[in-house]
Order: sequence, then C-alpha cells, then structure tokens
Amino acid sequence: MRLVIPLSITLITGLIMILNYFVPHEPFRFLGDNLQEWYMIVASAAIFLGTINLVQVHVRKIRLKLTNWRYSPVTLVGLVIMLVTGLIYGVVEGAPFDFLFQSMVVPMGATMFSLLAFFVASAAFRAFRASNWRATLLLTSAFLVMLGQVPIGSMLWDKIPLAKVWLMAIPNTAGQRAVMIGAAMGVVATSLRMIFGIERSYLGGSD
Amino acid sequence: MARLMQRIGNLDRRVIFVLIALSVFLPLSFRIVFPNPVGAEPSRQLYDYVEALPAGSTVLLSFDYDPSTMPELQPMAYAVCQHLFRRDIRIVAMALWPQGASLGQEVLSEVADSLGGEQYVDWCNLGYKTGGGVMIVRLGSSIQAVFPADKDNRPWAEIPMLRDISSLTDFALVISLSAGDPGVPAWVMMAGDRFGVPIGGGCTAVSAPQFYPYLGTGQMVGMMGGLKGAADYESLVREGTEGAPQGQAIEGMAPQSVAHLVIMLLIVVGNISYFAQKRKGGAR
Amino acid sequence: MTWEIAGIWAGALLTLCLYSFLYRDNPFYKFAEHLFVGMSAGYWVIYTVENVLKPNWWQMMFPADGSFHWVWIVPGIFALFMLARIVPKVSGLSRMALAMIVGTGSGLAMVSSFQTDALAQVEGTIVSLSAGSAFTIFSNLVLVVGVVTGLVYFFFSKAHTGVTGGAANVGITILMVAFGASFGYTVMARISLLIGQAQFLLFDWLPTIPRLLGMHG
Repeated sequence: MRLVIPLSITLITGLIMILNYFVPHEPFRFLGDNLQEWYMIVASAAIFLGTINLVQVHVRKIRLKLTNWRYSPVTLVGLVIMLVTGLIYGVVEGAPFDFLFQSMVVPMGATMFSLLAFFVASAAFRAFRASNWRATLLLTSAFLVMLGQVPIGSMLWDKIPLAKVWLMAIPNTAGQRAVMIGAAMGVVATSLRMIFGIERSYLGGSD
Repeated sequence: MARLMQRIGNLDRRVIFVLIALSVFLPLSFRIVFPNPVGAEPSRQLYDYVEALPAGSTVLLSFDYDPSTMPELQPMAYAVCQHLFRRDIRIVAMALWPQGASLGQEVLSEVADSLGGEQYVDWCNLGYKTGGGVMIVRLGSSIQAVFPADKDNRPWAEIPMLRDISSLTDFALVISLSAGDPGVPAWVMMAGDRFGVPIGGGCTAVSAPQFYPYLGTGQMVGMMGGLKGAADYESLVREGTEGAPQGQAIEGMAPQSVAHLVIMLLIVVGNISYFAQKRKGGAR
Repeated sequence: MTWEIAGIWAGALLTLCLYSFLYRDNPFYKFAEHLFVGMSAGYWVIYTVENVLKPNWWQMMFPADGSFHWVWIVPGIFALFMLARIVPKVSGLSRMALAMIVGTGSGLAMVSSFQTDALAQVEGTIVSLSAGSAFTIFSNLVLVVGVVTGLVYFFFSKAHTGVTGGAANVGITILMVAFGASFGYTVMARISLLIGQAQFLLFDWLPTIPRLLGMHG
C-alpha cells in the first residue's frame, strides 16, 4: 500500500513522456514541457543529498576517530571555501571561486585520471596474454589501432592508418552496433518494467 | 634465460611507471613534433561540415566534460572555436556537466579575445543545467524556458545574438564535446533523431569506438575521437589559416607515439616471458 | 608573485602530491585527494544553485514583476522529498521524488533508445551486398554478418549449438576485433590524460621558476 503513490507517479510520468513523444500537441505538450522543467529542479536536489551525505560521513569520521580521520577536516574545509567564495563572489570568470576552480580543482581532477596511464601500462604488461587465437586477434586489432592512431604508424607504413580507418568503420561498427541494439532492447524492457511497477528496486527495501 | 624471463615477469610496476613517464616527458621536453597527416577520419568529416556552413549561422556548442578528461577535450574545444570564429559562425555555449560551464568559458573568452569575437554578439555562454536528455528535449521546444538567463545571470532578452533563437531547430549544428553520460548519445537521441538537428561530436578516446555506429548511419555528421581527433582538427584549421598556433594536441602526438610503442613493447615482452615460463611449467 | 603564478604553483604542487601515489600511498596524496573531493562537491553545489535553482525555480516562482507563481511550489516540494532521505523517520517520502525521476527518465529512454540505438542501427545495417567494388561488397558483407552474428551471440534463450553456435562463434570473433579496437583507444585515452598534465608541468609551471628567481635575483 505504501508503494501505491510512488508507483502511480512512475506510471503517470512515464506515460506522459511516452505520449509526449508520439503526440506533440496539447495537452501532452503542456504536460511534457512542465514535467521536463520540474525534472531539472528535482534532479538538482540529488546534488544536495550527496553533499549532505559527504558532510555526515566526514563529521562521523572525525567524531569517532576512524581510519584517516585527520584528512576529513581537509575535505570539509575545501567544501566550505568553495561554498563561501561561490555564494559571496559568484561564478563569473575571474572571481575567487573561478580562480580556485581553475588553479586547484582543474589540475587535481586532470591528475587523478592521468594516473590511469601508468596503471593501464602495468596491467597490460601483466595481464594481456595472447593465450588463444581470439585473444591474439584482439591484441592484433589493438596494436593496429594503437599504431594507426599516431603519426608513427603512417611513418612505418602508409597503409596502417587506412587499415585502422577500415577496422573502425566496419568490424568495430558491426560489433558495437550489435552491442548497441542488444542494449537498446534491454533499456526498453527495463523501462517498461519500471513504468508498470514490475521493477521496484529503485524504491528501496522495506522500512 | 629462464631466470631472466622470470625476472621480467615479476618486474616491479614502478619500473613500468618510470618507462611510461619517460616516454611522455622526454619527447615533450625536447619539443619533438611529428607531422600529423589527416586521412579519411571522422574529424575531417566534421571539419568539412563546419566549413560548409554559411557565415552568420549559429552553432550550439555543449561542453559536456570535466577536468578529468580536459587534456583530450579542451584542445578540441580550442580548435573548434577557432574554426567557428574564423568562419563567422556564432557560438551559443552550454554544458550538461557543471565543470563544463567554467571550462567552456575559459576557452571561449581566450579564443574570442584572440580573434576579435564579442561576447553576447558573437558568442555567449548559457551555463549548466541538470537533467541531461530530459533537458535537451525541453530545448527542442523552447531554449529560453531552460535558459532564462546566461551563466552569469544576464537575462535572455539582454543577449542580442539570441533574438533569432527560440528552439534547437534554429541551430545549424550542435557539437557536443563529451566525456560520458550525459553527452553525445543524449544529443543524438533527443536533438538529432527527435528534432532533426545535425549533431557533431568530440569525445574521449575511450568512448569513440562506441559512436562509430552513429557515424555509419549518418546520425552524426562527424566526430573527433580522443587526442588524435583534436590533433586532426587542429591540423585542418591550421591548413586553412596562416599563422595559426600549433595547438596542444599536435604537440601531444609525439609523446603519444612513443608511449604507444613502449606499451606495445611491454605487452610483447610480457607475452614472451609468459610463454617462456609456461613452457618451463612455471607460468603465473 | 602574481595571482596567476600563485595559481600555477598551487596546481603544480597538488599535481605532484597526487603523482606521489605512484611510489606508494602517502600523506601528501591523501591530503590532495581529500581536498579535491571537498572542493569538487562545493563546485557542484554552487553551480547547481547559481545556474539551476536560482533561474529555473526561484526566479520562476518569484519573477521580477513581484508576482508569485504558486505552481512552482510543487517541484520544490518534490525536491524536499528527495532530501527527506537524510531523516530516517521521513525517508519514505523520498520514494515519490525518485519515482518522478525514474518515471520521467524511463519514459523518455524507452522511446528514444529504441529509435536511435535499435531502429536506426538496423536501418543502417541494411546495405547493398551487390553494388559497388569488390572491396565495398566485402566490407558491407562483413558489416551485415558481423551485426547479425553479434546479435546471435547475445541471444541466450537458445543454446549455442549447431547453426546457432556457428553463428555465435563468428559473432564473438567480430566482437573481439571491436573490443581490441576499444582497448587500443582506451590506452590512447589514458596516455593523453598524462600528456596533458605533463604539458602543464613542463610548459606552464617550470617556466615560472626562473621568473621567480629573476624577481628575487
């Protein structure tokens, strides 16, 4: 019984979006337009939810002196500094908020993911084994792409970039298309299950 | 020999880290630049499409990425903005990711300043909105409903270049520089297939293979895939203009080449070690 | 020392703190990692407030002419329901906000995904197997056979034996080629990210050192 209202909301909103697609006239256009605008507001609340949760987790770590609790104030101070500068000075280019973003958040964000370059090399060395003919085919395809993507490939043999272009346009497209069509079928099935209330896991467990 | 193979197989990963670091830092330190020939790549298709747009058109440029993928996508952003400004095509910028709004602002103001573009006349930055695909669908009926003001809260009515823009169909092209979801697929689905707006893309190399089906069906007019795609676009923009700066992506092709060769060598050596040990009955 | 140089040094020092992880986990890395998390969260909140909630909700509810549009209270209430998740006693209210999000997203994804990722792709696979050069015919054949057998591989309702098994084998082979291409591109992507940061350290940060020494020399 407690799920009747949420499931009804899912059904109504889902049907509005589907009908809005096939019947872009009134009243479905009005309903669809307003639902889409309201969606942006409600989705924004998820950001606050995540941030409040972040604060709760780190305050708890400090209070109970859990592992690495000494770094939690760093997270909270970083959060507060961005909030204060953003609210006081705004987000215009050149403001303190923008300066902190460009000089600190941007390099840190870029560096975090650039660490993967090292790990992908290490993982490829340790784990990429041509243990059967299909793995060898995968490896050959990878090598062709890696050579074809860089100028050295055309320096070694001018046909390598052409082979790479063909590989991406034909076998890669075929494989990716098969995955895409299959995934699309899955999305349709899952969406229908959610809209009609068969799939309810997103509503959480019993409480 | 067997002991050598075993030692190679057990190589400390920090040795591999040093090799990768050297393969990137050394070519950059010595400013080695390889020529970057552009073949029949999807980046050329995008360049040709933009080149054919009439002067005075307006393009929607969506910065759908964050700092973690900036090294690949920011050079694309610079190259595309240079091309658009040189062709007298106006740019309306927006972002599906919050950091994209700031990263886009940096690119637009720098390129516009260097090429004489005026904010609110030749370009504007509408900023970030939540909602992904749902928000894009709303753009299809009214852009002003989604963006009543720009990133810096300047009202829609006070932006001269937006007077002729009411919905997505008023754009000659939408280009999404995308690092994931929401990004290119959302634009193709909601703007391209639903409203018939031409879609071009720039994406990380990780996601580039997945978007080739869209190129094959014509759902995308062209695409820059990874740093190579950015380098290709930079090369094409430079071909068409005298005195254009080299570009970060072209500079990155030399270390990219060396690093690829090093990784390929590591994979080959790893396999040799593996098979040698397997023959001896001691492979891991 | 200008703000620009101070910013570059802050970015470079934090970059080096993060790279120190390659040697081993250490306090410098942990400091930078925690700072990044906090500052990123703050950035998201501010942009959500400035670019979404202010113009699309607050200024719609209370426009400049001083009127009040009560209908905008409804999404505000749903947003509050989303936040109710934090309070255990009323966390059940968040289901209604989630239901709205999921229903809207599912309804849209269902039709759009089917059109773009299924119908259009099937249409794109219907290509001529007789027109054009021998190479074009061969390429089109590989494309059609690859898509069909790839789909057969993913069809698990029938055992992969006999003709089905043969087709599935061809399909997985084509998929291996596609995955190999994806691996090659993934390696390229990761290296590109390192190149970007190397360019920052070499061309933006290091040149500031002689400038600073020159100022003090």
